[in-house]
Amino acid sequence: MAELSYREAVARGIAQEMRRDPSLVMLGEDIAGAGGVFKTTVGLLDEFGPTRIRDTPISEQAILGAAMGAAMTGVPVIAEIMFSDFLAVCFDMVANEIAKTRYMTGGQFTIPVVIRTANGGGVRFGAQHSQSVENWCMMIPGLKVVAPSTPEDVVGLMAAAVRDPDPVVFFEHKSLMATKADLPDTEIVGRLGEARIVRSGSDCTIAALAFMVPRAVEAADRLAAEGVSAEVIDLRTLVPLDTRAILGSVAKTGRLFTVEENPRLCGWGAEVASIVAEEAFWDLDGPVVRITTPHIPLPAAETLEDLAIPSVDRIYETIKKTIDYP
Amino acid sequence: MSTEAEAGLYDYSLRPPRLPPPVNPDNDRLDIDLDTRLEMFETQQVLRQFEDRVYDLFMQNLVKGTSHLSLGMEAIATGVGKAMRSDDYTFATYRGHAHTLARGAPLGPVMAELLGRGTGVLGGKGGSMHLTSAEHGMMGSYAIIGAHLCVANGAAWSAQMRGTDQVAVAFFGDGTTNIGAFHEALNLASIWNLPVVFVCENNLYMEYTPIDLVTATAHPAAGRAPAYDLDPVVIDGNDADEVLVTARLALAKARRGEGPSLIEAVTYRHGGHSRADPGKYRPAEEVEAWLAHDPLPTYHQRLLRLGVAESLLSGIVHTVADRVEEATAYAKAGEGPSEQVLMTDVWADGGSSWRN
Repeated sequence: MAELSYREAVARGIAQEMRRDPSLVMLGEDIAGAGGVFKTTVGLLDEFGPTRIRDTPISEQAILGAAMGAAMTGVPVIAEIMFSDFLAVCFDMVANEIAKTRYMTGGQFTIPVVIRTANGGGVRFGAQHSQSVENWCMMIPGLKVVAPSTPEDVVGLMAAAVRDPDPVVFFEHKSLMATKADLPDTEIVGRLGEARIVRSGSDCTIAALAFMVPRAVEAADRLAAEGVSAEVIDLRTLVPLDTRAILGSVAKTGRLFTVEENPRLCGWGAEVASIVAEEAFWDLDGPVVRITTPHIPLPAAETLEDLAIPSVDRIYETIKKTIDYP
Repeated sequence: MSTEAEAGLYDYSLRPPRLPPPVNPDNDRLDIDLDTRLEMFETQQVLRQFEDRVYDLFMQNLVKGTSHLSLGMEAIATGVGKAMRSDDYTFATYRGHAHTLARGAPLGPVMAELLGRGTGVLGGKGGSMHLTSAEHGMMGSYAIIGAHLCVANGAAWSAQMRGTDQVAVAFFGDGTTNIGAFHEALNLASIWNLPVVFVCENNLYMEYTPIDLVTATAHPAAGRAPAYDLDPVVIDGNDADEVLVTARLALAKARRGEGPSLIEAVTYRHGGHSRADPGKYRPAEEVEAWLAHDPLPTYHQRLLRLGVAESLLSGIVHTVADRVEEATAYAKAGEGPSEQVLMTDVWADGGSSWRN
């Protein structure tokens, strides 16, 4: 066992897979010599060399195009897009090329690309460097979407993403980088499409993702003190979505809350709520409630950003109020 | 008439014509053996007759959606295709019928794809704008311009890492030179010394607009080459021999590990941008001059000058006509795709499930 931070877990996950598959390469801005602007790729250049860990210009389309072209000709690639907000400057590559080429060509190509990107708020970077954009990718057929909340899941799901033959967008949360956990020294391999019950409960289900998971757990702990037993599910991957875990939990608790960092409209929770309304309607004892960032760009000032992103207080109060007054 | 219209700014047909270069007589003496020239004669015939037929099938409403023909531009796909090795990679745009056929993809399944049949080369899922045949090194037709230059870089990067001395070739139009991905791709190819050849088919119009009206340099590709430490190369894209020798040099350079090339091949569409466009914005004198600079009759005349018998050439023309007939019959005979394929091949496991 060794204690590892979330940011160190990123490098460990990549290194684990690069040792396993000598053909795997990675490219991105400032990932080699600098070790990544979030220090998530420290040490990789030294171990794997400049051919496999490759710095690029600020050219996101060129980065993802190179990743796709290499992947479709037999070289699996991890590509880093420094901030997930920057997916917008290369979204043609993400949404039109990488996601659709297999289907359009009748399955002629396999595109084993992992797009890693730093996602989410809480670090006072303002509206263009703080967004939670998992839903941008979730809505595109042909993309798998992963957003781990713990160091162990960073390693395990990185391995699962790299070993998956399909394109995966892997969201690393900026506000979780310093989170630490004890990890086994052995190989860690997770599975895509498998949610994790973080905390069992019987009165309501809280579905959360990434940075919202620890907040949901803390809110659940406070609810427990009030006699409300909340079950917290860390979805971990949005595509494939572990609907069995969600529906199973709702069947048990009869209540569902989603805690989403994204702005309100079309966040992942909307899809989850829709599935539950359609398939578990008679299990529900009350309305599905979504706790999200309001539908605004994220502000920079800490007081404003803290007001915007769902807080432990807001999660606790919303659930308490809804449960008390059904 | 307004001043703007007099200047030809809005009524493009009033603009002075952009005339083709004269056929270079020295190209008769290029170092190309006769068999190769006869093969290129045949390929150009295939591309021309195939697309003439596609146009006819449009008129019969058998080809749905849109389609972008290369009629008049066949010499480029032919010359570059001939210079390529069978394991090299082709990346094309939505105007990709010619590039697909030039790599040896069979006519019948390509035609069937245009007709939306299950027997199509993509099983009916891609259509005209996404023709692909991986087994022939045809790595796809990309319908949003620019992206595929970046993807071609990736294939070249992969070849470089695998040490295979394969080369990737990306074909694109003049309009592509004004999108950011073009510039990102050229810069990366240059700094990484990638084995990639960028071939700009400058047909003088970005869709409906004269390229010179919207581009800061007279040569949309070659004019940008020096910025990426590449040689500015401009050739007559309607002369298959000139294209072939230029492509050979670029491919050999890439295979030697000496990096990318950018070729601007000047050409002209016989028709409009797409099915919906009659191309009326072009001055009549210009269209007439380029029709007279048609790559096929020009090549025919060269072969006659080189002593090839007319009967041999007309025999090839007829053989190709038979192949196009067969391909048409194959395409028409194909059934529509089965309902089952709708939900296949989103993922590598063959399926489309997004939940467990």
